[in-house]
Amino acid sequence: MWKLPDARSESVFEDYKAPYDAQQAAAEASRCLYCYDAPCIKACPTGIDIPNFIRKIATGNVQGSARTIFSANILGASCACVCPVEVLCVGDCVYNAAGIPPIQIGRLQRYATDQAVAANWRFFEAGPDTGKRVALVGAGPASLSAAHELRRHGHAVTIYEKGSVPGGLNVTGVAPYKLRAEDAMAELEWVLGIGGIEFVMNTEIGRDRSWESLAADHDAVFVGIGLGPDRSLPGAALGGVHGAVAWIEQMKLGLVDLSSVRDAVVIGGGNTAVDCVRELLGLGVPGVTMVYRGTEAKMSGYAHEWDAAKKDGARALWNAAPAGFVGEPHVEGVRYTGTEGPGVVPAQLVLLAIGQSKLGDQLAPLGIRAEAGRVVTDATGATSRPGWYVGGDAANGGKEVVNAVAEGKRAATAIHAFISGGGHA
Amino acid sequence: MLDLTTDTGGIISPNPFWLASAPPTNSGGQIERAFDAGWGGAVWKTLGTPIQNVSSRFGANKLYGNVEPLGFNNIELITDRPLETNFREIYEVKKKYPKNAVIVSLMVETKEEWREIIKRSIDAGADGLELNFGCPHGMCERGMGSAVGQEPAVNERITGWVKEYSTIPVLVKLTPNVSNILPHGMAAQRGGADGVSLINTIKSIIGVDIDRYVLEPRVAGLSTNGGYCGPAVKPIALFMTGELGRHPDFRIPISGIGGISTWRDAVEFLLLGASSVQVCTAVMLHGYRIVEDMIEGLETYMRTHQFERVDQMVGRALPSFSEWGNLDLNYDTVAKIDANSCIGCNRCVVACQDGAHQCITVGVDVKAPLVDESECVGCNLCQIVCPVPDCITMVPVENSLPPASWNDHVNHGAELRMKKGVH
Ligand SMILES: Cc1cc2nc3c(=O)[nH]c(=O)nc-3n(C[C@H](O)[C@H](O)[C@H](O)COP(=O)(O)OP(=O)(O)OC[C@H]3O[C@@H](n4cnc5c(N)ncnc54)[C@H](O)[C@@H]3O)c2cc1C
Ligand SMILES: Cc1cc2nc3c(=O)[nH]c(=O)nc-3n(C[C@H](O)[C@H](O)[C@H](O)COP(=O)(O)O)c2cc1C
Ligand code: SF4
Repeated sequence: MWKLPDARSESVFEDYKAPYDAQQAAAEASRCLYCYDAPCIKACPTGIDIPNFIRKIATGNVQGSARTIFSANILGASCACVCPVEVLCVGDCVYNAAGIPPIQIGRLQRYATDQAVAANWRFFEAGPDTGKRVALVGAGPASLSAAHELRRHGHAVTIYEKGSVPGGLNVTGVAPYKLRAEDAMAELEWVLGIGGIEFVMNTEIGRDRSWESLAADHDAVFVGIGLGPDRSLPGAALGGVHGAVAWIEQMKLGLVDLSSVRDAVVIGGGNTAVDCVRELLGLGVPGVTMVYRGTEAKMSGYAHEWDAAKKDGARALWNAAPAGFVGEPHVEGVRYTGTEGPGVVPAQLVLLAIGQSKLGDQLAPLGIRAEAGRVVTDATGATSRPGWYVGGDAANGGKEVVNAVAEGKRAATAIHAFISGGGHA
Repeated sequence: MLDLTTDTGGIISPNPFWLASAPPTNSGGQIERAFDAGWGGAVWKTLGTPIQNVSSRFGANKLYGNVEPLGFNNIELITDRPLETNFREIYEVKKKYPKNAVIVSLMVETKEEWREIIKRSIDAGADGLELNFGCPHGMCERGMGSAVGQEPAVNERITGWVKEYSTIPVLVKLTPNVSNILPHGMAAQRGGADGVSLINTIKSIIGVDIDRYVLEPRVAGLSTNGGYCGPAVKPIALFMTGELGRHPDFRIPISGIGGISTWRDAVEFLLLGASSVQVCTAVMLHGYRIVEDMIEGLETYMRTHQFERVDQMVGRALPSFSEWGNLDLNYDTVAKIDANSCIGCNRCVVACQDGAHQCITVGVDVKAPLVDESECVGCNLCQIVCPVPDCITMVPVENSLPPASWNDHVNHGAELRMKKGVH
C-alpha cells in the first residue's frame, strides 16, 4: 500500500541477531522449561504467553505459536526484533537464576511471527459492525494496536497521521540492525488485513484539523501522538548539526550523505544516543564519539547496547557537558566543559540526542490535564475528558514499542466498554 | 468447516482429546479446570473400594541431564477418596459440562459389586464406563486389574456382567502386559464391549538407587515393580492400536493411550485406528494447558490434509501396516548427505562404521562425510543420528527389477536384487 523509497541508507545494515532457521528454532524451543506462571510472561508488557508459544514451536505448531503471540501483541513480529529483551522477558528467564544461558525468546518469537506475516496467516476477524466510530491520532504502534482491537469489537476506526508513512517510530526510528522500515511495514500491512482500518494521511490534528472537531463525528478519540521534536541546544543552527530522531528518520526513509564526515559526535547518553553511535559506525564513519554529561554508570542507555557499541568501536567522553559549537557555517567541533575539559571534539556531524519534547500540553484546550507535558490518565489510558484516551509515548513519557502496543490495546478495551455503554466523546 | 466431534463406541465428545484415568482426573475440581482448558473428555480416576496409597509413588526415566522424562513409572493404586464424594462430583461436573464426555473407570471384584457401582455411575450422569483390566501393580495382586486383563475368559465374563447392567457405553481398558493383544481385544468384543482403551501401563522397574541398593521409587527400605508410561511407551501402544485396528474381525472402536504428548502423537494414533486419544503423563508433567496446542495442531493438520471430520482420518495409515513377508525386497534406497548443510560432526560416520555397514567415511579435504552408495544398505541409521534436519535423505535407487517380496520369491520364484554390504 505504501511505497518506501528504494534508495535508503538503512539498507546497508544486517540483522545483529540473525533469524533462526528451523533447526535452530527447534533446538532453542526444546530447551525451554515450559514454566508455569512464568516470570518471562510477567516481564512482557503485553503479557504474551511465552512458554506456550515456545512449546508450540517445539511441537511443530508454528501457526498456533504465532496466534498465541499476536493475540497478546499485534505487533509481535516487530517487538520480536526491537524489544530490549535483555531487560524484559529474557532477563527474567528462570535459567538466569540457574546460571544457564536464558532462552532466546525474541528470536523464537521472530521465527513464528515472520512466517505468519510472510504467509499471511489470518487469525483475527473484525467484529460485526457496531455503528460506533473512533478516531485515532497518530499512526504509531499505540494507535495501530488500539485500532486493531477496536476492529475486533466491530467499531469503525480512522487513523489521522501527520506524516506520509504510517507506523510511527517503529518505521522511522528503530535501529535498522534490529528492524528495517520495510519489515515494519510488512507487519503493519498484515495487521491491516483485518480490514476497515481507515487512514487520513498528511493530516496533523491541531493544524490541519482541530482537535475539538474530532468529537463531532466520533464516539471516542484515542491520542497516540508519541513525543515531539528533538530538543536542541543554543547555537545548533549550523550546517551538520541535527536532531537525532530527525536524522534517523532521514537515514531510514531516504539517504544521508556521510561522505565528508570523518568524525561525528553524538550528544546524549540515552538509547537514542547509543543507536546513533552504532548507526554512524555501521554507515562507515571512522570516528564516532558520544559526549555525555554524566558517567558511564549513570547513562540511561542500556548497558548491553552500549557494550555492543564499544565493540563496534565507539568512543565516549564522560562528564562532558556540551558548551557550544565550533565552525561557521558548517560545524567543525563541539566544545565541552567538565572534569575532562574544557576542550573541543572535532566533528563534521553532530547529532543531538538529548531527548524529545512532550506534546501533552496541546490537549489542554480540550480540558485534558497534562503534567510536565505528559497527559494524565488512569490505568486504562482514560484522560480527564470522557471519551478521550491516550496511550504510548504520549502517555508514558517515552518507553518502548511493546509498551505502546500494550497501552493501545488496554485503551481499546476501555473505549469499547465506554462506547458500548452509550458514552460519547 | 472443521468438526472435531468424536464418537467412541457411542461416547460423544467435542474433540478426541480425553484425560486418561489417573491423578489428573482424581477430582471434580480438576476435571472442571481441564474442560475449561479444552479437554473433550475425561476418564475418572478408577473407582472401586477406596485404597491406601504409599509414599512415594512415582519415578522417571531421564536421559543424561535432560529435564523432560523419557518414561514415567508409578506404583499408585485406584482412588483413595470416598465413593460418595466421587459420585457427587461426577454429578456436578456433568451438570456444569453437559457437552464434555465423563467416563467413569471402574475396578471391583464381585458381580454384585459391579452391579452396584455401575448403577451409581449411571445415576451420577456418566456418559460411559471404562473397565480397568489393566493396572499391573498392587491391584493385580488382589485379583483385579491386569490379573483380569491377562485372562481372556475372565475379561469376557466380567465384560458380560457389566453389559448386563449398563445402559451406557462400556470401554474395556486393556493391559499391554500380554504377548499378543488380539485375544484380549477379541474377548472384550465377545463380552459385548462398545470399545477398548489401550494401553494401560507396562510392568517396570524404573531404576535402582545405587547407593542404597533399593529400587525406585523407594518406600522406606522396599519397593516394587510399577507401571511404565510416557513418551517411551508410545511405540508399543501404537503397535497394539494398529494390531487391533487392522484385524478384520475386530470391529469395535479404540481409544488410544500411551505416551501421547503432542498433537502429532495424537494424529499418529488416529491414523492407526484410534477414534479418540487419552493422555496421562504429559498432563502430569505440564498441566491441562497442553491441550490448546493439541487442538490447534490437529486442526492445522486436518486443514492441510483436507479432512473435515476426525472419523475421516481414523485408520488412514492401517492399509500400510502389513507383514514383513509382503515388503518389497527390490526397493533400494541410499543415504545422500547434503554437504552444504552438514556441520561436520561425523556422527553418521561412527554410527555407520560401528553400527551399520561401514559405507560412510570421513571426508578428505571436505567437511561432509562420503557415502559409498554401492555399499549403502539404506538402513536409515545415519539419518537418525544426524542433528541437522534434512541433511541426510534416503533416496530411492532405480533398478530394473519389478517389486518382489519374500513371499513372492518363495511362492513364485520372483527375482530379487543383488544384496548389498554382504562381503
Ligand atoms: C531513535 C529511537 C529508537 C527507538 N528504538 C526502539 C527500540 O529499539 N525498541 C523499542 O521497543 N522502542 C524503541 N523506541 C521507542 C519506540 O519507538 C516508541 O516507544 C514507540 O514507537 C511509541 O509508539 P507511539 O505509537 O506511542 O508513538 P510514535 O511511534 O511516536 O507514533 C506517533 C505518531 O503520531 C504522529 N503524530 C504526532 N502528532 C500528530 C498529530 N498532531 N496529528 C497526527 N499525527 C501525529 C507521528 O507522526 C507518529 O507517526 C525508539 C525510539 C526512538 C526515538
Ligand atoms: C500415577 C498414575 C496413576 C494411574 N492410575 C490409573 C488408574 O487409576 N486407572 C487406570 O485405568 N489407569 C491408570 N493409569 C494409567 C494411565 O491411565 C494411562 O493408561 C498410562 O499412564 C499411559 O498413558 P500415558 O503414557 O499418557 O501416561 C495411571 C497412570 C499413572 C502414571
Ligand atoms: S507434587 Fe505435590 S503432592 Fe507430590 S510430593 Fe510434590 S508437593 Fe507433594
